[in-house]
Amino acid sequence: MNLTLRVWRQKDQSDKGRMVTYKVEDVSPDMSFLEMLDVLNERLILEGDDPIAFDHDCREGICGMCGMVINGVAHGEQRATTTCQLHMRHFEDGAEITIEPWRAAPFPVVKDLVVDRSAFDRIIQAGGFVSVPAGSAPDAHSVPVRKEDADAAFDAATCIGCGACVAACPNGSASLFTAAKITHLSLLPQGQPERLSRAKAMVDQMDAEGFGGCTNTGECTAVCPKGIPLDAIAQMNSDYLKANAK
Amino acid sequence: MKYTEGPEIRDTKAPDGPIEERWEKRKFSAKLVNPANKRKLNVIVVGTGLAGGSAAATLGELGYNVKSFCYQDSPRRAHSIAAQGGINAAKNYRGDGDSIYRLFYDTVKGGDFRARESNVYRLAQVSVNIIDQAVAQGVPFAREYGGLLDTRSFGGAQVSRTFYARGQTGQQLLLGAYQALERQVAAGTVEMHTRHEMLDLIVADGRARGIIVRDMVTGEIERHLADAVVLATGGYGNVFFLSTNAKGCNTTAIWRAHERGAYFANPCYTQIHPTCIPVSGEYQSKLTLMSESLRNDGRVWVPLRKNDERAPGDIPEEERDYYLERIYPSFGNLVPRDIASRAAKNVCDEGRGVGPGGLGVYLDFRDAINRLGRDAVEKKYGNLFEMYERITGENPYDVPMRIYPAVHYTMGGLWVDYDLQSTIPGLFVIGEANFSDHGANRLGASALMQGLADGYFVLPTTIGDYLANGPYGDVDEEAVAEAEIKVRNKIDRLLSVNGTRTPDSFHRELGRLMWDYCGMERTEESLRKALERIPELREEFWQNVKVTGTAEELNQVLEKAGRVADFFDLAELMCLDALVRTESCGGHFRAESQDADGEALRDDENFAHVSAWEHTPDGPVLHKEPLEYEYVKMTQRSYK
Amino acid sequence: MAVTGAVMVSFLVLHMLGNLKIFFGRDSFNEYAHWLRTLLEPFAPYRTVLTILEIGLVVAVVLHMWAAISLSRRAGKARPVKYVARKSQANGYATHIMRWGGVTIVLFVIWHLLDLTFGVVNPEGFNSAPADRMISGFDPSRWWVTLIYFVAVVMVGMHLRHGIWSAFQTLGWANRDRNKALRATAGLVSIVLVIGFLLPPLAITFGVVK
Repeated sequence: MNLTLRVWRQKDQSDKGRMVTYKVEDVSPDMSFLEMLDVLNERLILEGDDPIAFDHDCREGICGMCGMVINGVAHGEQRATTTCQLHMRHFEDGAEITIEPWRAAPFPVVKDLVVDRSAFDRIIQAGGFVSVPAGSAPDAHSVPVRKEDADAAFDAATCIGCGACVAACPNGSASLFTAAKITHLSLLPQGQPERLSRAKAMVDQMDAEGFGGCTNTGECTAVCPKGIPLDAIAQMNSDYLKANAK
Repeated sequence: MKYTEGPEIRDTKAPDGPIEERWEKRKFSAKLVNPANKRKLNVIVVGTGLAGGSAAATLGELGYNVKSFCYQDSPRRAHSIAAQGGINAAKNYRGDGDSIYRLFYDTVKGGDFRARESNVYRLAQVSVNIIDQAVAQGVPFAREYGGLLDTRSFGGAQVSRTFYARGQTGQQLLLGAYQALERQVAAGTVEMHTRHEMLDLIVADGRARGIIVRDMVTGEIERHLADAVVLATGGYGNVFFLSTNAKGCNTTAIWRAHERGAYFANPCYTQIHPTCIPVSGEYQSKLTLMSESLRNDGRVWVPLRKNDERAPGDIPEEERDYYLERIYPSFGNLVPRDIASRAAKNVCDEGRGVGPGGLGVYLDFRDAINRLGRDAVEKKYGNLFEMYERITGENPYDVPMRIYPAVHYTMGGLWVDYDLQSTIPGLFVIGEANFSDHGANRLGASALMQGLADGYFVLPTTIGDYLANGPYGDVDEEAVAEAEIKVRNKIDRLLSVNGTRTPDSFHRELGRLMWDYCGMERTEESLRKALERIPELREEFWQNVKVTGTAEELNQVLEKAGRVADFFDLAELMCLDALVRTESCGGHFRAESQDADGEALRDDENFAHVSAWEHTPDGPVLHKEPLEYEYVKMTQRSYK
Repeated sequence: MAVTGAVMVSFLVLHMLGNLKIFFGRDSFNEYAHWLRTLLEPFAPYRTVLTILEIGLVVAVVLHMWAAISLSRRAGKARPVKYVARKSQANGYATHIMRWGGVTIVLFVIWHLLDLTFGVVNPEGFNSAPADRMISGFDPSRWWVTLIYFVAVVMVGMHLRHGIWSAFQTLGWANRDRNKALRATAGLVSIVLVIGFLLPPLAITFGVVK
């Protein structure tokens, strides 16, 4: 299949950036989206052009490194799929595809489609952990955990930190990311001692990073490759309100 | 390629005495560092996977000044995150006869008697603490209705000792380590450097004293000095271009350390994982693993007839060959990885493979779905099935999966002693980057165990013994400058070639060559061919590679070119090691050395040793470390 | 937003119940209006309670708008560079019309006050019985007023459907077990309010209530 790509090109953080059009020919439907970009990049290199920079690593949908807004949708229209797992069979021959980086002030563009997501690390630093030094843990069976709680905690813990939630949110909010970690830990007995202080610290850090506020539009969960449910945000709000009431 | 033989390595620093007391003994004999001094000691940890992340977090917690580096944009992305199946631990929560000794035994046997007993025993001992630690951190392992941890069985074991978190165990364990690491970053004990790639090791006065890194955003070459350096930079499976490794995984850090004097052990030991999604075309950029845990309920088969073009559903039961169950009745579909992979290769070589090019076998869940119900199967493997469907466009609930072996893990790595210290004092190597615990074949669910054992429990103790004699004072400026210049020169050289081929095209060709000549089956002839071809290709690379852009910007082509350059050198050493080791063992199968049934035939008389390669200007020097087995009797492995 | 929204929803419920009095005749409706003003008399002067409620309501409206404006400004700051292409993936159009829907509702409320409270744009004028204003206001000849009301009330309903559920989220009441029930509650409250508010004007316009 043959495609026309409109790609955001931006040399570095200070560059203004612009959309550039490329033609890609002989794309196989079995290629992944990133493999299609690889093919284009190989050509650009040989032509002496700067290839399109994009983040990617595991290419199996778990590291959370890749991510681009494809035709206006974070990670593309295929549900519960990261960009690296998106395959060209979902596009039509002759299609025009718009590719943009995640857009959010706390995610400045580093180059082309590469953005800086270190704000997420700082949100985790604020409290996204259980304080337990190596070697100090009691036997794993000393505290049983209801299967339902363990499963629900797992569902929240599957967040890959890709940032699609922020990219898709009309408010540029990082609530789903932050809530996923808060929910994961607050559903488990191990997370209880730090539960409220964690919620407060993480939410405050999220706000300090310059993310927008949540208005529960649900755009985040719709594009989330791991389908983190929206009620994680309610859990976060509940813990946050309780922390502030204290 | 010429090599010479150097003196044997006799002392691995493992304490003597009864095996179950050795680690206790070492912990007691290791010098302690008083808390006030820890703050004055600087440690560099490169890599933030299970080993590096947990090590940096633990060292920070202990009070050392830690600097942590990773090439990704966040430490949470390290490729440990992609491990699916689980983590072994000798908890014996099931009461099914498991014990530390049995895990030790299984691992030594699974590694085809090419691992050190002392190390493996320690690994089995520490395994139980890992589960405790992870649970306390909030890792949401699978649980049963009673609220206790669930386990499953994995290849190479007849007990159920694998703890798991659906098909994302690596992710959950890594996030646990990542969170512990970020906690230390917040506490100020760990300084995090993301998007930084280590390009050289600084060795001064015979000690590892720091690293040279490139800031991948600005291109700046930076020097970072310390009292000890820990490499946790993972394996080198990407030398094959196509592997289950992440695209960024590379050998540069360990290879440059090797060039600085660290011995490289058993480079030819490569694990080919039996259950990966087959290649679909020339453009393929990586291979995706389907967890080995699928073999618990999936049955592997191919048509009895050659070139059978029928759809799998149209092939009646009696015309199917469940070859693993047929050949290995006692382990069946759960034979170790090396055996399952070679069996798949053999049936495909016979012309009975399925799918495009006949490079695939079926992994069928029909019987499991009939027995357990679709819901139960979905609960266990739902995310894996989804992943398969996304990639292939086929629904494994209706059509059997097609799988084929792919490069997955490298058992070889930098040589380390019992303390995980390399041959360069002050350079410690942990996780997949070292060679120590898996012998010639790693059992499923043991990589996570080893990475975390090294990072949380072993290294933090043993490195203290080295640091107790520190701080090691100012670093010789000349050594630092020399390393920095070397790095700059290499980058300049890559940028100045301006040829007509991309780094990826060279990498693809090298990978193809390695897969054909040094892959699942190796022969003297194929290895000699590879050793002839690799230098030619490397020569062409340095004459004809095209690297666009400049050194002072985010330049992914330059990053790639630097990594490919190191893969050439490593590939050569791998082939040499494979050539010298004329026996078959574990993941290293020499066609010349097989028994009547086509099984790997070890040569314990000549090869019961670790091959540790030293890099010298006059070519590689081989140092053998003899392996002695006091507890486990060396036998021909049998899973029949 | 959740708390001020909740205040307004409670107001709407009472308002709707009051409106429905029109079906019991003009007197019943007028008495209700009178009762509102004389509540707690003689303990408190005429209109005390109503004034307090009105002030509370105005405060809620102002705070609600302030919160909306600051959220919207934060959103603007959080995304200084807009997407070239943008495609919504969430189900439900209601979520996308909260802001413009809110503005529309404000405009409507102004008209509504001018019409039925102050009588400025009402044929009966200010000095008239509330029931007369209402019945003349929705006279069949003024069908377009009814139409405006219809559109506006439906708009309010959509605003509420998302708003009420969103409040449950914001207050942290939603969770995986309760989610369905909460969504249903939000939907039910919205529908009841829409129907309750539309019945009187439609009944008047179609001549059921005279």
